[in-house]
Amino acid sequence: MSAPETSETLVGQLAALNRRETSSVELTERALARARSAQPVLNALITSLDAQAVIDAEAADRARASGQSGALVGIPYAHKDLFCTEGVRTSCASKMLENFVPPYSATVHEKTRAAGGVLIGKANMDEFAMGSSNEHSHFGPVRNPWDSSRVPGGSSGGSAALVAARIVPFATGTDTGGSLRQPAALCGVSGFKPTYGRVSRRGMIAYASSLDQAGVIATTVEDCARVLAVISGFDERDATSSNAPAIDVAGALARPLKGLRIGRPKQWFGAGIEDGVGAAVEAALAEYSRQGASIVEVDLPASAYSIPAYYVIAPAEASSNLARFDGVRYGHRCENPRDLNDLYKRSRAEGFGHEVQRRILIGTYALSAGYYDAYYRRAQQVRRLIADEFAAAFAQVDVLAGPTSPTTAFRLGEKLDDPLALYLADVNTVGVNLAGLPGLSVPCGFSASLPVGLQLVAGTWREDLLISAGHGYQQVTDWHQACPPELVS
Amino acid sequence: MSVDTPDVRSIAELARLAIPAGQEAAHARELAAVLDLFAALAAAPVDGLAPLSHPGDPALRLRADVPVIRDERAAFEAIAPTVSGGYYLVPKVIE
Repeated sequence: MSAPETSETLVGQLAALNRRETSSVELTERALARARSAQPVLNALITSLDAQAVIDAEAADRARASGQSGALVGIPYAHKDLFCTEGVRTSCASKMLENFVPPYSATVHEKTRAAGGVLIGKANMDEFAMGSSNEHSHFGPVRNPWDSSRVPGGSSGGSAALVAARIVPFATGTDTGGSLRQPAALCGVSGFKPTYGRVSRRGMIAYASSLDQAGVIATTVEDCARVLAVISGFDERDATSSNAPAIDVAGALARPLKGLRIGRPKQWFGAGIEDGVGAAVEAALAEYSRQGASIVEVDLPASAYSIPAYYVIAPAEASSNLARFDGVRYGHRCENPRDLNDLYKRSRAEGFGHEVQRRILIGTYALSAGYYDAYYRRAQQVRRLIADEFAAAFAQVDVLAGPTSPTTAFRLGEKLDDPLALYLADVNTVGVNLAGLPGLSVPCGFSASLPVGLQLVAGTWREDLLISAGHGYQQVTDWHQACPPELVS
Repeated sequence: MSVDTPDVRSIAELARLAIPAGQEAAHARELAAVLDLFAALAAAPVDGLAPLSHPGDPALRLRADVPVIRDERAAFEAIAPTVSGGYYLVPKVIE
């Protein structure tokens, strides 16, 4: 492994632009060239915006020369391909939306564009964000830059791979059950899921609306925080958007680790945690302790129910959200339908991949007559149990810490025939979504040459604590600076 | 929990999914395995707890009762599979 140049981070690129050592066109053309070179191996992009990106970069350089400022002016980046981008294909990695060109842009895209960012492409992902390995994409699997025989994690696997390969300094993503944190962990980068309601969901193609939350993947927590400051904020066009006070990013970055109270949930270190993962996370906790943080054991017994509760609620909401894809108004339509019902059924069967169909069936079953109380209502009661338990924990500690994923990146195909094994890999991340809390994964070491992620979780609207804890850790460690050797140019 | 192919056929009908006959048995096995996972919920101590549908129990925000007229017909028709004269075209249901 080797350390990246400063110019591979968002902060480093902005500084270089400010010093006029480089231009947006230069940064963008370099990002596009790296993306083209890596694409045959990583398959991290679904759509590349080569010509338009250079035009946007030229405009950014003119804006910067005329004194205009913006938090991302001239910085190349990528969106997960479920953020609607007006005039640019937004496929959600599905055959259903293979040719869908949205008539409007997501609020997240409006904000990154207004801040001067240069979109270089739309990142590959698990179809409709359903998956933890990025093997469920109509456009083929994404591969992990650390070992191309392994998965990058999912569902924001393309975003994580692009950042890990130092193609772009940041990429957006979404997290419904761990889809920012887990791929960040498996690719050795930082992944930030904000509190539910912090970032607008308008224009994000929905998977499970009460769980979906947009966020960011970058090499450093500081870069994540700077992007988060751009994309967060109240949006009257999203009914669940919050007008919570903005995050004090500067204050959070300046806060020391000394005095930080860290909870170590014993359930997060249970059976199934790979030895090397557990060792790296314990070493990270020891580093926090050396820096003056206190570590206390925390008991979260209800987390035992988080996987079954999540896999009732998320597919139930998905079965409802995905009912809109019927072959009538937009998306894939089957050939020669016999009647309207045949059009619905064959368009959906042809347009959705196997994992999406499986989750629609699970959700439809959980919501069907006779099972609603046993599954959906009970799962929502468990959801409150889990949320209450987290709230009680945060009365005692500032953040919780443990492994993001029980294992490092696994081989492509290894778990494809056993969907339950893949679901169980979300054991430490899904509870955070059920409770709507902010979560962060930061690189904290390696196990058998593969990256390990440390998950940090804070109470509602306390992203500032995660920024302090994550950035403080990255000031005294260099795991986040490691990048895959074969992709260093 | 046992799930058989007629169950899959019935759920697929509700979900408007044309599952090929050759895939019904696989879906039945996978669904049964997931339902076994759900069985753990029965042991959760949730008596008296109100269901939580959204984090933080947010109140439904109402917008001002002001009419907004947006003509986006052309934009939406442009991405439809088939339209004519302002209508989305679908196959006949009633002959």
